[in-house]
Amino acid sequence: MTYLLQHVVNALQWGSFYALIALGYSMVYSVLMLFNFAHGDIFMVGAYIGLFVSTGLLLLGTAGAVTLPNWLVLVLTIILGMALTAVVGMLVERVGYRPLRKAPRASAALTGLMIGITFQTLNLALLGAKRRSFPALIETATYQVAGVSITNTKIMIVVISLLLMLALDQFVRRTKWGMAMRAMAVDIFVVPLMGVPINTMAALTFALGSALAAVAGIFFGQAYPVLEPYMGALLGWKAFVAAILGGRGSVLGAALAGFMLGFIEIFVAVVFPSTLRDLIAYSAILLILTFRPYGLFGEPYSARLRL
Amino acid sequence: MTTATQKQPPASDRHRNSTIRAVLSPWREVPFLGWLLGALAAVMLEHSVGSSLALTLGLRRIPVLFGFELMLKAPQHIPGMLVYLVLVYMLPAALVAVATRGLTNALAARLLQSPALSLAVHLVLLYGCMHFWCALSDYRYLVAQLALIAVMLTLSLNVINGYMGEFSCSHPGFMALGAYAASVLTVLLFVEDDVFGPPLLPPTLGPFLFPLALVAGGLVASLGALAVAIPSFRARGDYLGVITLAFTFVVKSLFENLEIVGGPRGFMNQPNWAGLPTVFVWAVVCVAVINNFVRSTFGKALNAVRDGETAAEAMTINTRRTKTVAFLSAAFWAGVAGGLFAHVVGYINPATFGAQKLAEVLAMVYFGGLNSVIGSIAGGLGLTLFSEMLRPLEVWKWVIIPMLLVLVMTRRPTGLIAFREFDALKLLGPRGRWEGGVQDGTAGG
Repeated sequence: MTYLLQHVVNALQWGSFYALIALGYSMVYSVLMLFNFAHGDIFMVGAYIGLFVSTGLLLLGTAGAVTLPNWLVLVLTIILGMALTAVVGMLVERVGYRPLRKAPRASAALTGLMIGITFQTLNLALLGAKRRSFPALIETATYQVAGVSITNTKIMIVVISLLLMLALDQFVRRTKWGMAMRAMAVDIFVVPLMGVPINTMAALTFALGSALAAVAGIFFGQAYPVLEPYMGALLGWKAFVAAILGGRGSVLGAALAGFMLGFIEIFVAVVFPSTLRDLIAYSAILLILTFRPYGLFGEPYSARLRL
Repeated sequence: MTTATQKQPPASDRHRNSTIRAVLSPWREVPFLGWLLGALAAVMLEHSVGSSLALTLGLRRIPVLFGFELMLKAPQHIPGMLVYLVLVYMLPAALVAVATRGLTNALAARLLQSPALSLAVHLVLLYGCMHFWCALSDYRYLVAQLALIAVMLTLSLNVINGYMGEFSCSHPGFMALGAYAASVLTVLLFVEDDVFGPPLLPPTLGPFLFPLALVAGGLVASLGALAVAIPSFRARGDYLGVITLAFTFVVKSLFENLEIVGGPRGFMNQPNWAGLPTVFVWAVVCVAVINNFVRSTFGKALNAVRDGETAAEAMTINTRRTKTVAFLSAAFWAGVAGGLFAHVVGYINPATFGAQKLAEVLAMVYFGGLNSVIGSIAGGLGLTLFSEMLRPLEVWKWVIIPMLLVLVMTRRPTGLIAFREFDALKLLGPRGRWEGGVQDGTAGG
């Protein structure tokens, strides 16, 4: 029993990464009807930005300028990381997606894919193939609750992720900006006539998704302190699948599907050899989509490629 | 042929344009046959005097891929390289093409009386060009093989993504199925292997039965395609895209877990039977079959399903059968291409058929042009050659190629040569004043 509970805790943490990344995919997909295939690599860029910001802040301390406590470094890293990655996201939108707004959607998906590859290889070319370790910003404390060991990092990751998801949900539901986004999801051609600045909204969508991906990246660095250029591709594809699995236009659906994927992966590794993880996770997705072609929480919507 | 819809240039440009037109006019009359003859002359010239000319110009060896790879490595050789390109390729090809245009036009017109013969002559000439070009270097040989395989992959993906308008990501999966199935067959039957034991059939039979192994690979891929064709009845567009993506990863993961074919370490020992002639013949058959397929009623049904499934249904098109046939035939050719790939490289592992391959194939389709056979040929050949030319840039190659593609996509969102019908007989016919009937052609010659 405790053995299972332990895995539930692990799955919650692993699922938070997927959920946070999936939200970015889902936002762009719901609002603009586009696959942002660059998003996994934006997650990678976010992690690296977090790495540089935190090492920079720690260097300030060792150089004797200002010594910041570690928790403050973490908070600043998250805030700065979110802001900078949001800028990267808006840049991707400007370069890769805005010129293609009226083009076939598959072409836009392809530019996203290409921008993602560019990020990967730029990273490889500029920083080299070596893996980088993320500085540990919080001292790990382990609590024993009913025989299950929970670290404070895990609690922080899961709690903050859940809070961010709730905040995003409220933002989309309660604010004027959120209303504009939901309206764009319904009909992107009429909404500009109502005075909604469609380009600003698109940039905002990308910025929000990228900021969440940056948080996922920084948390990933705290939980598994090794970063490498292809980490975005590894997690990104799965998070993308989770986002679509959640269903179009459903923020919480994407988050839930992300957690579900985390649970599937962790528990497959418990029961079967871990090499079967991808096989079973993807087969489950194939089956689910065969029988629920609009995702778990999406509404039937005649989504077609406009060619 | 006429360009009546072209915008009228300003008066000042019109004069200059007409001089350029006058200078170029002899070349506008060169038929495809003439260009093939010119190219053949150029490669044969390179074959005989290429290396000595390269030495005279101060180059260490002949420029393998039109000089790009050397130019990037050693910029001081650029002038010599350009002279080489002009002397060996451009001048001979252009001069031969123009000088023989009377003869070739007459011949093209005469040949057109029997289209099969005309096609055969052109293909033999085309193969001749490739043969002599590749004979000078093993690297060229490999690049040509890979480029032809890329054409097959691109074209078959275009059937789904371009003609049927679905966003399919399953091609690496189909390719993997074909590659593994064909490899297992050939290794099991004809090769002494650690896992599969001694050959079951005499290895001398191998090269003759090799096409059957490829077809078997294609059929296995088609069988796998049922896994995406059946969901495609209900799921469309984006969800189908995700299903196909999941399919690719399922196949990759499956082979990673199959220890009998080496798991993640990969599978080797494939016999070296996929030489350039074999690959060329398969690529030609693939282009011919798919071109006829998309120009048939069935191909038009694909377009109808793309443009409006309900309307297509109302026009008595059986959409389920159409989708199944499209997926299965595309998967068949992807499987054959995969089998050829395995035997060209002589080694496959599951990682080959992952997201990287997917990005490559998608890039070729969308770069070349949707809904266009000629676009797929151009995309497959062009990107393969281009990425080989940029090889000296190492890591930066994969920064430059994607950025360039983004640039192309933002300018031409459906690709370079999109929505073009490919009529081989029109391409092979005579040009200029020889055009329009056999009588004119013989008179001109």
